Amino acid sequence: MKPLNKIFLLVIAAIGISLAALSQDAAALIKKVKARMEVVNDYQATGKMKTDVTFLKVPLATVNVYFKKPNKFRISKEKGISILPKGGVSVNMQNLLQENNFVALDAGNGTAGGMAVKIVKLLPINETGDVVLTTLYIDPASLLIMKATTTTRENGTYDIEMSYGKWTTYALPDKVVFSFNTKDYKLPKGVTLEFDDGERPDMEKLKNKKGRVEITYLSYEINKGVPDSFFK
Amino acid sequence: MFELLKIELYKIFKKPRTYIGFIAITVVVVLMQMGLYSDGDSWIKLVLQSVMENMEIHDGKLLNGYLVCFLILNTLLIQVPMMVTLVTGDLISGEANMGTLRLLLTKPISRNKLLLTKMMAGLMYTLLLLIWMAFLSLFVSMFIFGTDDMVYQKSSELVVHLYKDNQGDDIFWRYMCAFVYAFISLATIAALSFMLSVFAENSIGPILSTIAIIIVFTIISNMNIPFFEKIKNYMFTTHMVGWKGFFNMKSNADNEPLRGTIYNLPAILRSGGILMAHFILFTGISMYAFRRKDILS
Repeated sequence: MKPLNKIFLLVIAAIGISLAALSQDAAALIKKVKARMEVVNDYQATGKMKTDVTFLKVPLATVNVYFKKPNKFRISKEKGISILPKGGVSVNMQNLLQENNFVALDAGNGTAGGMAVKIVKLLPINETGDVVLTTLYIDPASLLIMKATTTTRENGTYDIEMSYGKWTTYALPDKVVFSFNTKDYKLPKGVTLEFDDGERPDMEKLKNKKGRVEITYLSYEINKGVPDSFFK
Repeated sequence: MFELLKIELYKIFKKPRTYIGFIAITVVVVLMQMGLYSDGDSWIKLVLQSVMENMEIHDGKLLNGYLVCFLILNTLLIQVPMMVTLVTGDLISGEANMGTLRLLLTKPISRNKLLLTKMMAGLMYTLLLLIWMAFLSLFVSMFIFGTDDMVYQKSSELVVHLYKDNQGDDIFWRYMCAFVYAFISLATIAALSFMLSVFAENSIGPILSTIAIIIVFTIISNMNIPFFEKIKNYMFTTHMVGWKGFFNMKSNADNEPLRGTIYNLPAILRSGGILMAHFILFTGISMYAFRRKDILS
C-alpha cells in the first residue's frame, strides 16, 4: 500500500471514529435528558394561551393540557372551540423523545435563550413519518431542552422555545412558545356589505407569514393519573 | 295621543300586507336554519378553508346558534327594510288613496300630532318586525343549534373568535347592541318611506321609490370604485351595516384582543348618529310638507 493511501485511510478512520464518538456523546446526552423526563408518567396542566397570528383575532384563553405516557398529548380550550396551529402544538418534548426511532447527532454548541447549549439533531429512522428533522438545544448542566426546531413534511417548520421555573424538577416548562410559518392566507371576497371600522391588516406581519402561540402554565398535576377519555 | 296611536296600530294590523313582512322573514329564517342544520358543517369548512390550511379547529360547535344568527342577519338586514316600507310607505298615501285623509283631518287633531302618531305606529310595527326577526334568528337558533364560541370571517382580513366559556359570554350582549342599532337603521328607512308617502296619493309610488333608493344606494355602497368611495359616507345604506362593528374586539399593546370590548365604538356611534340625523331630516321634511299639503282627497 502506498504511503498516501495509508494516510487517506487513517484520516477516514479518524473521522469515522470521531463521528461515532460524537454520535455516542449525543446519544448519551439524549439518554440523560430522557431519564430526567422519565419521572413524569402523566400530567394535567392549566395555562393561558395567547395566539398571535395575523389573520386571527383570538383573545387570551384558559387551556387544559393533558399528557400520558407513552405519547398521548392534548391541548384544548377550557370550554368552547379550540383553534391551534396545525401539527406544532401537539408535539411536546416527552413525545419527541419517547420513542427510540431516531439517530442523535451532535451538531456542536450554540446559545438558546441566552444560555450556552449543546445542539443535537435527531434524524428519524422511519422515512415515511411526518417529522423530517428535529434539532434540540439542550442545556448540558440542567439537562433541560431549551428549544426545539422541528421540520415536518406537511406542516412546515416550527420552533418550540421553553422557559423553566417552578416545575424544573420534573423538566416541565413554565412557558412554551410555538413559532410556525403560515401558508398564504386567501382573503375571502365580501359578498355582503362590511362595516368599515378602520381596522387594516398588518402588512408586515402578512409578509412575514409567522404565527406564534404562547402557553404560560399556571398549574400542573403530575403523576396523579389522567383518564384515556381526556385524549378523545 | 295614546287613543290615536291605538287606532293607527289597529289600522296597520288590519291590513293583510302588514303580515307579508312577518311571513317573509319566517320563511327565509326557517329555510336558512334548515339548510344549515342539514349541511352547515361542510359549508363552514368550505368558508374557513383558508384558515384550516394553517390551523386546526376542534372541540366545541362551530355551527352554533350565535353563528347561525350572524349569518341570517348578514343576509336579512339588507332585505328587511323593504318589508318595513310595505307598511310605512302606505301610512299617509294609503289614506290619501282611500280618500280618508281629508276626513281624518276634519277631526280636532293637529296635523303634526296626526303625523307623529302615524310615525310612532310605523315605528312600533318596525320594532315588532325586528323583535320577531331577533326571536327567530337568535333565540330559535340558540335553541336548535345550541351556543358556543362564535368564529366568523370578516371580509376584510381576519377571523374573529368571540368566547362563550367559563369566564362568561362575550357574544349575547353584542347581539343586543346589534339589534338596537338595527332598529335605528330600520327607523331611518321607515322615516324615508313615510316622507315619500306624504308626497304621494297612492302607496305604490313611495314603496317602490324607497325600495329603489335602497337598492341603488346599496349597490353604490358595495362598489369599490374610487369615485363612489367619496360619496359612500353620505349614504345611509353605508351606515346601516354598523351593527357588525359590535362583533369586533379591541386589542391591547401586545396585540391581544380583549373580551368585552368593541374595536371602534366611536365609528359605530358616528354611523348611528348619521342614521339618526337622516331620521330627523326625513321626519322634519315630512312634517313641513304635511303642514303645507293641500289635501284634496
